[in-house]
Amino acid sequence: MTKADATPVLELTGIGKEFGAIRALHDVDLQVFPGEVVGLMGDNGAGKSTLVKIIAGNFRPSHGEIRFAGSAVHFNRPVDARAVGIEVVYQDLALSDNLTAAANVFLGRELKRRFGPIALLDHKSMAARALELFGELRSETRPDDLVKQMSGGQRQAVAIARTRLSNARLVMMDEPTAAISVRQVEQVLGLIHRLKEQGVAVMLISHRMPDVFAVCDRVVVMRRGEKRADKPIHETSPEEVTALITGAKEAA
Amino acid sequence: MAMPMESPITFSNVGKIRWWQRGIFASQTGYVLLALAVLLVIMHFASPYFFTEGNMQNVAKNFSFIAIATLGVTFVIITGGIDLSVGSMMCFSAMITSMVMTELSTPGGLGASLFVHMAADGKTVLANVPGLILLVSILAGLGVALIAGLVNGFCIAVLGLSPFVTTLGMLSIVRGLGYVVSNGRGSFPGGPDADYFYALTSGDVLGVPVPFIYLMILALTMAVVLHHTSFGRHVFALGGNEKAAELTGIPVVRVKIEVYVICALAAGLQGIIISGWLGSAPANMATSYELNVIAAAVIGGANLAGGIGGPLGAIVGCVLLEVIRNGLVLAQVSSYWQQTLVGVIIILAVLVDRIRSRMT
Repeated sequence: MTKADATPVLELTGIGKEFGAIRALHDVDLQVFPGEVVGLMGDNGAGKSTLVKIIAGNFRPSHGEIRFAGSAVHFNRPVDARAVGIEVVYQDLALSDNLTAAANVFLGRELKRRFGPIALLDHKSMAARALELFGELRSETRPDDLVKQMSGGQRQAVAIARTRLSNARLVMMDEPTAAISVRQVEQVLGLIHRLKEQGVAVMLISHRMPDVFAVCDRVVVMRRGEKRADKPIHETSPEEVTALITGAKEAA
Repeated sequence: MAMPMESPITFSNVGKIRWWQRGIFASQTGYVLLALAVLLVIMHFASPYFFTEGNMQNVAKNFSFIAIATLGVTFVIITGGIDLSVGSMMCFSAMITSMVMTELSTPGGLGASLFVHMAADGKTVLANVPGLILLVSILAGLGVALIAGLVNGFCIAVLGLSPFVTTLGMLSIVRGLGYVVSNGRGSFPGGPDADYFYALTSGDVLGVPVPFIYLMILALTMAVVLHHTSFGRHVFALGGNEKAAELTGIPVVRVKIEVYVICALAAGLQGIIISGWLGSAPANMATSYELNVIAAAVIGGANLAGGIGGPLGAIVGCVLLEVIRNGLVLAQVSSYWQQTLVGVIIILAVLVDRIRSRMT
């Protein structure tokens, strides 16, 4: 199932990153295919977030090449990564509490209607489109409710709906299940399945082993800036992944 | 708004928030508006003079004298910033406006030959183009406000200084410049266009004071800008979560500079209007008005932590302050009580809102 589509949506070759004398990443190769959910695991300081930030355009890699949907790309700013179809759902979700769900989904790319020289917000279309997106994600979220009044799961839905707006082809989620209740974790994992169904590749950065094993097709383990394992989920076990993360097992 | 079309979602366990629990009904602005209505009724019974046409005109005029600046500072407060320089800005803009007006109207003055000539009697000064001097001098007054706003915005958005410190500095800088340019004496509008100036700042149309008309136009414009343009949306987003605003690609630096410029321009315009009513721009004009302006905004429901506020709240805050002041005078209470009462109301308004948000 994972190799059904021959061209990987994201292909990293020999990615390395140095901050001064510190080598944060070394020679990382990684492929992500459409409709695939890849778990990215590793201890703090293993290089996960550096890797994510390179893919998202926050940092430029010191070495190596990034190919997106078959062609080489160079990101200078996060906006460049978003332009080709890479979206990030941040750990703190990056939502404005005082705005409605629809306003948050469309933040920074509002729909407008022009009246001569002035462009006014098109509230109706934005609410309708947001409702559609929440429907696709099967989340019970009203577009004109304030985010302040929402549950953790609904907030995740808003943050994920934002990535659907641009028809992203790769969504990276940073610890989406870290600070929410058990029931809401279920909802978020459901949202990841929805993305997968629609052919979106998902990279899930998480510390929570059960979540990774519940939704991922493949798991990638980072340790000390290097990729130590890259295995289909059914060929590994939580015990093995834990050993790889802690270094009890060097590589697999 | 009712749910449009056939909803693709069924809401089995997510309740709908009732209309009285959202929007204005659930905001501090709503409560203060209610308090204001009650106060108006009390005033009606307390004093037969309160609802007379003359007194209403007076109230409308007086609150308009701080309300335009309050609209401006509300923009800044929504983004989570503060502008303490509005009082000084009012004075400086007014002063520059009347100085430019006088200078251009004095034959022999700097550039005056372009604007005025002597009448045949050798005494009367006539304008070459009526109203042109007025236009140029008001633009000059707003121009200095624009510059001060840009400096504020640059220091805060680009250099990352704290809004409180930056605008506290600007308060002093601008007030000092006012003393410097006028030698501490202040200035007076003069010349052939002075009459137009008075008509435009302290006149009235069909019994409605013109400052009140300006206020209504500006408030409506502000409501549209805040709620129906992407700039307004970004202003709210910035106040709600600045980091999120940045991550979603909102031009944070530009929006911040823009709100400080808007605030300075509103203060400048306010100052020019006040000087028309006073008939002069003394160097100590509008001293400590920044406190009244910020108090009015906060009473009206603008949240100093950012993310909440609007033109209705700004006006309601100003009206409440003015009605209390006016009421104390009519009730023959010493006007020295006013400040004390205003302080109590600031705390009460915020307290009621806090209690309400704890309850829901």
